Amino acid sequence: MNKRLKLILKNPGFQSFLASLVCIVLGLLIGYIVLLFINAEGATQAILMIIKNFFKYPSAGAAMKYFGSTLVKAAPLLMCSLSVLFAYKTGLFNIGAAGQYALGAGICLYCALALRLPWFVCIVFAMCGGAFLGVISGILKSLCNVNEVISGIMLNWISLYTVNTMLAGVKEETSHYTMNISNVNTDALLPKLGLDKLFTNNQYVTLALPLSVIVAIIINIILDKTKLGFELKATGLNKFAAKYSGMAEKKNTILTLAISGALAAMGASLFYLTGYEQWSVTSSSVPAMGFNGIAAAFLGGLSPIGAIFSSFFIQHITEGGAYVDKTKYCSQISDLISSIIIYLCGFVLFMKQFMNNMIRRSELKKGGKG
Amino acid sequence: MGNEYAVEMRNITKRFPGIIANDNITLQLKKGEIHALLGENGAGKSTLMSVLFGMYEPEEGEIFMNGNKVDIKDPNDANALGIGMVHQHFKLVECFTVLDNIILGTEPVKNGLLNKQEAKKKVLELSDRYSLKVDPDAIIENITVGMQQRTEILKMLYRENDVLIFDEPTAVLTPQEIDELMEIMRNLRKEGKSILFISHKLNEIMAVADRCTVLRKGKCIGTVDVENTTKEELSKMMVGRDVEFVVTKEPAKPGEPVLKVENISIAAKHKGIKAVNNVSFEVRSGEILCIAGIDGNGQSELAYGISGIEKLIEGKLYLNGKDITHDSIRERNIGGLGHIPEDRHKYGLVLDYPLHYNMVLQRYFESEFTTRYGFLKKKNIRAYAERLIKDYDVRSGQGPDTWARSMSGGNQQKAIIAREVDRDPSLLLAVQPTRGLDVGAIESIHKKLVELRDNGKAILLISLEMDEVMSLSDRILVMYEGKIVGELDPKETTPEELGLYMSGAKNNMKEGA
Ligand SMILES: Nc1ncnc2c1ncn2[C@@H]1O[C@H](COP(=O)(O)OP(=O)(O)OP(=O)(O)O)[C@@H](O)[C@H]1O
Ligand SMILES: [Mg+2]
Repeated sequence: MNKRLKLILKNPGFQSFLASLVCIVLGLLIGYIVLLFINAEGATQAILMIIKNFFKYPSAGAAMKYFGSTLVKAAPLLMCSLSVLFAYKTGLFNIGAAGQYALGAGICLYCALALRLPWFVCIVFAMCGGAFLGVISGILKSLCNVNEVISGIMLNWISLYTVNTMLAGVKEETSHYTMNISNVNTDALLPKLGLDKLFTNNQYVTLALPLSVIVAIIINIILDKTKLGFELKATGLNKFAAKYSGMAEKKNTILTLAISGALAAMGASLFYLTGYEQWSVTSSSVPAMGFNGIAAAFLGGLSPIGAIFSSFFIQHITEGGAYVDKTKYCSQISDLISSIIIYLCGFVLFMKQFMNNMIRRSELKKGGKG
Repeated sequence: MGNEYAVEMRNITKRFPGIIANDNITLQLKKGEIHALLGENGAGKSTLMSVLFGMYEPEEGEIFMNGNKVDIKDPNDANALGIGMVHQHFKLVECFTVLDNIILGTEPVKNGLLNKQEAKKKVLELSDRYSLKVDPDAIIENITVGMQQRTEILKMLYRENDVLIFDEPTAVLTPQEIDELMEIMRNLRKEGKSILFISHKLNEIMAVADRCTVLRKGKCIGTVDVENTTKEELSKMMVGRDVEFVVTKEPAKPGEPVLKVENISIAAKHKGIKAVNNVSFEVRSGEILCIAGIDGNGQSELAYGISGIEKLIEGKLYLNGKDITHDSIRERNIGGLGHIPEDRHKYGLVLDYPLHYNMVLQRYFESEFTTRYGFLKKKNIRAYAERLIKDYDVRSGQGPDTWARSMSGGNQQKAIIAREVDRDPSLLLAVQPTRGLDVGAIESIHKKLVELRDNGKAILLISLEMDEVMSLSDRILVMYEGKIVGELDPKETTPEELGLYMSGAKNNMKEGA
């Protein structure tokens, strides 16, 4: 009995799952404490709101509709977390995902609004743009030995202002937001495939959902079953052994970051081409999506399949934050609480290590008594 | 109650997935003795010592110290009980000084401030008393392996440990450093310390140990007094058959040159000097050419230069007549270069890959292991690994699925040798190939190398072991300070003469050649 439990506890897959769970609970707890400090009265209700998100709607139809909205934003997050974890398997930290996401958004919107191209062409161009940023980081890393984190952060800023400039020509006259795709070029909207009906006519639920899940599965297959995955993981685990075995380390670095960049940029087009949100050309920071991708990647145990669930969860919390009573808390509270939770999600690896030690210690104790 | 045993491990059993690493083992360490632990690769020596040091919890068994039952839950407990260990792979902080590493975890504090002066005094005292020469202010990554090891020993002494465990301390040392270590161990015994000493080198055990316990496949075969035994008897106890210590081989029939090295130079890690300085030689098919020399005279860099890991400053390399000076590592591998690297953990293995992945590190892309569309043929990879494991007797808990990290040091080495030899290279570059192997495994690896030679392959052997150099090679080149200083015929030379060349006292090469 006890032995079987211990075996389950030692299974690495289960450990990742448990660690993620512990991080989530801890994040919620700390979030709750912060709420208590700010205003004890509304704290319980506020944290429940965050957890409930769309479940707060009593009618099934409304709940479904807002469930759909959460999913719409979970798809790009999933793509960003895939971007981060794919690079991480090769031993690279793609903090540039945020900039690649921004550039992807800029290019797909420009293609849709200025060039009036159909959606799939917009996606392809956006992916090329993201890949291009990845290649720059990759070349700097492998030829000039510039750390990909540094170049990634610089490129994040460069992309932000490039996109702001690029989209200035396609913005509404009266606001600083880009034009609505549905008014300009309906060909650029992602096909709905009837999915909108499933979610109480939520028009933003599109092909993006199944597509992002399919991409996650493809990434999983690439990492686990192909020659390319074999090489990339070997490089990430021991770059000296990879070099010794004749794997082209420099080529792989560039290739990995190119693929990562394309994934993040694709994520942006899977979001902006639904028409759910417009780009503000006065943005002074890149969308948080790319950074949240880092948390989602870790929370998902660095597995593409895990990322599907972790991305949904993180988006769920973020959306839920929007329902917190604004009369009791200032308007930034939702961001604050969800960032605390997301931040703790980044601690999964640490938590796993910690749990391992605990298991070992309890084992040892038992050995002493018996 | 005056008990004669410093440590008694009674009926210890430790299981890992798929294997019983220690099967009901009893080990008694007398006070003030040097007790050797001998056994084949994977016999369970490191595991047994890790149990004593509190890193593994045994399923069964008890440990007594000075007659009292003790409970060792983790290395801190072991330390508190006076047990210290020098691991097979050192555990020092590379960027700290020697002194910092020694006091790490037991920093002396005075009024809340670190009192390093006192610690330094104590370390210097200890280093004097046991003649353990170290420079307390040197940074670990800049000092020799020998000095790193002395740091580990001082660390144990600083904590006033009385039971000292040495896990294969001599595998990484030069012959001179080994002699020094033997002397240090005798000193420690004189001071009343009790020592457990793991080694595969029977000469060392005969020279320094009082008693020897032999393990085979996790079981205890027996404990003998070293005085009343011989090398042959010990190796028979350990392997279960007679072991031949001399390599039997026909005279070499060298053919065409396979590797041609022309005036190559390679930079040293510390910029400004050349580790390899204008070296030229040839290795022909059907011969074993050995590069002998004291560690640190450019042999490692030479190997990395030939394999393509380090760049050449100047010179040319030809493999089978083709200029490979600017070829990538992959091109050299495909062109017929096999390489058993010096550092098995850094270059030789991906420790967090399973064994079967490690067996195809340079071949995974071949059509036998990958489909046209880039998918791995995992079945074939596994089957191939299974064959290598069988042919080369690589022992592990779960066969092809074992994580390389969990394998015993010697079996990791055997896996690398299996992979490289089985690729059937036309030139095999073997750097310290038998480091950490048991006598039985050394015998069979030597046989494989001779077999490879007789099949018309060229072998370039780089070794620090005088015995290996003398018995295996067909031709010897001696390297000293980055240059080849002598070419010798092993049948006509003596170890003494070889030693003179190695220390730079003799030179039979023309200047500028
Ligand atoms: N952490 C571990 N997990 C699983 N198996 C292990 C682990 N550590 C050791 N083993 C297995 O236990 C057996 C004994 O290993 P151990 O390291 O004790 O051998 P050893 O006698 O020290 O050999 P060597 O001379 O090669 O160092 C090996 O088969 C090894 O694969
Ligand atoms: Mg060992």
